[in-house]
Amino acid sequence: MKKGKIVGLEGSFAIAEAVRMVNADVISAYPITPQTHIVERLAEMIADGELDAEFICVESEHSAMSACVGASAAGARVFTCSAGQGLELMHEVLYIPSSMRLPVVAVAANRALSGPLSVWCDHSDVMALRDIGWIQMFAENNQQAFDLTICAFRIAEDKEVLFPAMVHIDGFYLSHVIEDMVLPDDEVVADFIPEYEYPFALDPERPVSMGCYGPPFIYSEAKKAQEVAFESTKPKILETWEEFGDTFGRYYAPVESYKMEDASIALLTMGSIGETAMLAVDEMREEGKGVGLIRLRLWRPFPFTELREAVKDVELLVVLDRALSSGMGGPVCSEVKSALYDKREDMRIVGFIGGLGGRDITIEGFKYMVNRALEYPEIEEEFEIIGVRE
Amino acid sequence: MSAKQKGWKDLELGCVVTEPGSASSTKTGEWRSERPVRDNTKCIKCGICYIYCPEACINEDEEGYFEADLYYCKGCGICAHECPSSAITMIEEEEE
Amino acid sequence: MMEICIYGRGGQGGVTLAELVAHAAIREGKHAQSMPAFGPERRGAPVLAFLRVNETERIKIRTEIAEPDVLVVLDPGLLQVGDVVSGLKKDGIAVVNTKKSHDEMKAEIGAGRLATVNAMSIAKGILGLPIVNTAMLGALIKATEIVKLESLEEPLKERFGKVATKNIEAMKKAYEETVVR
Repeated sequence: MKKGKIVGLEGSFAIAEAVRMVNADVISAYPITPQTHIVERLAEMIADGELDAEFICVESEHSAMSACVGASAAGARVFTCSAGQGLELMHEVLYIPSSMRLPVVAVAANRALSGPLSVWCDHSDVMALRDIGWIQMFAENNQQAFDLTICAFRIAEDKEVLFPAMVHIDGFYLSHVIEDMVLPDDEVVADFIPEYEYPFALDPERPVSMGCYGPPFIYSEAKKAQEVAFESTKPKILETWEEFGDTFGRYYAPVESYKMEDASIALLTMGSIGETAMLAVDEMREEGKGVGLIRLRLWRPFPFTELREAVKDVELLVVLDRALSSGMGGPVCSEVKSALYDKREDMRIVGFIGGLGGRDITIEGFKYMVNRALEYPEIEEEFEIIGVRE
Repeated sequence: MSAKQKGWKDLELGCVVTEPGSASSTKTGEWRSERPVRDNTKCIKCGICYIYCPEACINEDEEGYFEADLYYCKGCGICAHECPSSAITMIEEEEE
Repeated sequence: MMEICIYGRGGQGGVTLAELVAHAAIREGKHAQSMPAFGPERRGAPVLAFLRVNETERIKIRTEIAEPDVLVVLDPGLLQVGDVVSGLKKDGIAVVNTKKSHDEMKAEIGAGRLATVNAMSIAKGILGLPIVNTAMLGALIKATEIVKLESLEEPLKERFGKVATKNIEAMKKAYEETVVR
């Protein structure tokens, strides 16, 4: 196995390296904190001739995604990235590549939404994108940010998939952190990413109409076709991660478990907090608590089967949401509850919301959540926002 | 199979339409309640109607007159309104 | 694992200092993590950066450092501005850029281990600029031996290109002049 070399890389630069190695053709992005370093590095690579791609400068994220849609329809390998308010401005156009089946790849450096104005990390921006019809996955560290970006291109462009894919990295916690990771050789990545050819690439010799009007007599059929295709992307995602593991030595799964073999209590998290949560699990294990950890790696399509399997012996599931759905609670918690409803009547699911707008989630924070959840059903609230000053 | 009969499995990837120019098969002439009628004694063959027609369905014939293609003409009346010699009048479809 | 907090002002290079040490440590085969304390970066405003180095194990924790083993203070004025020293571990060490004598500074910040150097004078003398981060690299290494001085030369060259030589010189001079007691 060719493992590559160990380097110190900022998360943003690691993603730029991945985009360079897959040899993207078109990049269109608008800089926004905390995603800026990705765009800057890619623009630098193109200017220095390290990457032979077209960088389309735009005046907004709305235009960035519009340019990506056009470039992808022309058959190009396309990349963009954004964060927080930028994803909100892009929102309208995000539904277009998924319904047109254009395999645009994007990275989101997750950031809180205003107001108050915040450039710091949480998952408010991700949770506003739940319905966009993109394949979505979460990275836990810089290695995964790199690996999953590589995988996103291969998954998205697979002829049996052809859906856009988005990799979520926590803003600042990954985007601005330098840490050690393995950077594979260019050739190994190039071998892993097949030549790409879009079946309906715009071609004057073979004209087609894309993005047509969908009157009521055809819209439902179009949506059904899109949904059936989206749900059937799962085997390809699994296959790609399997092959990635065989090639690079790092395996990914839709739901990843840590110390779950004999756990009666499980924490559930997403994103960069996963490894800190592992340390919390280690400490609670030493205190004699049967705690394990579940991380959702794949967010869309939602990993129903894997989640049900992961929690099959769990009595208490503690879900940490890094976003608040006003008037509802934690969006991940409500999705997890709906995925397990009717399947596990003997399990309690308790939701917490924390880490909003760049607030740290500490080992102590995880311990608090578990201890507090053990007090259930005395808890009357549907959810609790942790670490808030009175 | 017409688009209205297609089931979800019949649709192309991303709902693309693979038959180019398929809009030209739509008979927009059915939308018309009035049609333009030309009086050749007044027509000066200037082609103003041809220029103004928003449907681009007026074509020059062998004699140099400009004739609306009633397969597409929606009966908007712009040609009649713009005609400098008042050679075009709009008459109701039911009239002969 | 050694945990370090770096206090500076925007423009003094505190974040870069943390990154350079992380790169040097990783080159030595260690595990490292540098992380800015995510604030709006403005020249002159107080800025905080975090650095973790672990010789043997992958660094999993991803939170701010509340109780550092080492405190690096790029601007002595910051000692008056905020609660900079209070989190330092009892057996930890503060590395301070100051014009004052070692004993004066020791009296000012209280008991504990201390390293001092006049990094501003070194930076102005060698670089001709009031940017003290590379001089403070020398002081940090003298105080902690967290990485070898040589291990920083490549990261400095990659980062600073043509002006790397002067920065390496500033680092080495500070290494020699730093007083640790």
